[in-house]
Amino acid sequence: MSAPGIVDRFRNGLWYENPGLVQLLGLCPLLAVTSTFVNGFGLGIATLAVLMTSNALVSATRRWIQPQIRIPIYVLIIASLVTCIELIFKAFFPALDRSLGIFIPLIVTNCAIVARAEVFASKNPVASSILDGFVMGTGFAALLMAIGLFRELIGHGSILSRLDMLTGGDTMRGLVLTDGGWLLAILPPGAFFSLALAIAVKNAIDGRRNTARRTRR
Amino acid sequence: MSSVIKGGITLAIIAALCTALVAVTYTATADRIEANEQAWLERSLQPALSGLFFDSGVTESMITVPPPHDLPGSEAALIYRVYAEAEPVAALFVVNARDGYAGPIRILIGVEVDGEITGVHVLEHRETPGLGDRVETGKSDWVKQFDGRSLVDPAPSAWAIKRDGGAFDQLTGASVTPRAIVKAIRDTLLYFDAHREEIFSAQQEEAE
Repeated sequence: MSAPGIVDRFRNGLWYENPGLVQLLGLCPLLAVTSTFVNGFGLGIATLAVLMTSNALVSATRRWIQPQIRIPIYVLIIASLVTCIELIFKAFFPALDRSLGIFIPLIVTNCAIVARAEVFASKNPVASSILDGFVMGTGFAALLMAIGLFRELIGHGSILSRLDMLTGGDTMRGLVLTDGGWLLAILPPGAFFSLALAIAVKNAIDGRRNTARRTRR
Repeated sequence: MSSVIKGGITLAIIAALCTALVAVTYTATADRIEANEQAWLERSLQPALSGLFFDSGVTESMITVPPPHDLPGSEAALIYRVYAEAEPVAALFVVNARDGYAGPIRILIGVEVDGEITGVHVLEHRETPGLGDRVETGKSDWVKQFDGRSLVDPAPSAWAIKRDGGAFDQLTGASVTPRAIVKAIRDTLLYFDAHREEIFSAQQEEAE
């Protein structure tokens, strides 16, 4: 088995094995916080950071961990890292932390993270595991941001509002297209519709590509 | 047998390392987090302080009123006392209106010594986006109608929304939220009227 190149791994993380779109992991935070772009971005970055560091630690300790106790150890490592990330958010992005609320601590329960620890980091060297965390985390974050952007546009009629949660300073309203929007998009059903739409678009693109490939042959 | 002991030792070592990691992060961020909390508190009290002259240290002047009390909500209510040169100027109440559409609504209500409202600000709520959430300061001017009002303007019996025969506007499509807030403000004013002396003379609680 030859290791896939970096480009292929990015392609997998962002598209073919995207944790949210294809593996449908971590849907709870995905559906709950994506009512605006900045929320999606915040949780995406937090998840990315936890994925990279947890993959690094799991991979670094993989030789000393007996298989029988690996799951409690993964949980321990992930929970500690999430606590650290939460403290860092509270210290540097207090407004974003307030807006994301319970969903930062809940990253512990994101199955995408345990899945990467079990499937990848426990069997591969540290550098490769960090890359895996980065790629998968980026795929997850990209989906969160895309759905956030979409729901905010439809539901609030604005683009990139409240970026001040990242930078500090005065409230930024972003690019306001209309005052208020289609309410359903920011309510919970809107999250399901948006995710379904994203999956449908991905499948349509894949389907078209496959037909193109077949006709070329 | 030996594998059990080995597993236990490994778990213990990893647990110790993880705890150390969290402890280090906590120590590194604790001061910043506390400063943020303080700044957030000061900023959230601001809407009820506009137009007042007062001494600094409002956030340190807090007293808590443990339940049972006549204020809205069944939890402890917070009162920040505002003084100017040791003379009472206003009291800022942080109370929970219980009967919101979706859970309690946390409201900041500023009352001047003479009973006039300095400002009302909704701190936390879970009302429906687009309907009940227009009680937020940024989303509509609805809460502004309380500025300068008191128990004589209008009389306590008229402290209700217009649909219930009162003096205050409701919101189109949402009457539960405004009703809950108007009632909470009225109860707070009545409490302030009855307990004014104790509120301002109460001793500052010792910090924990």
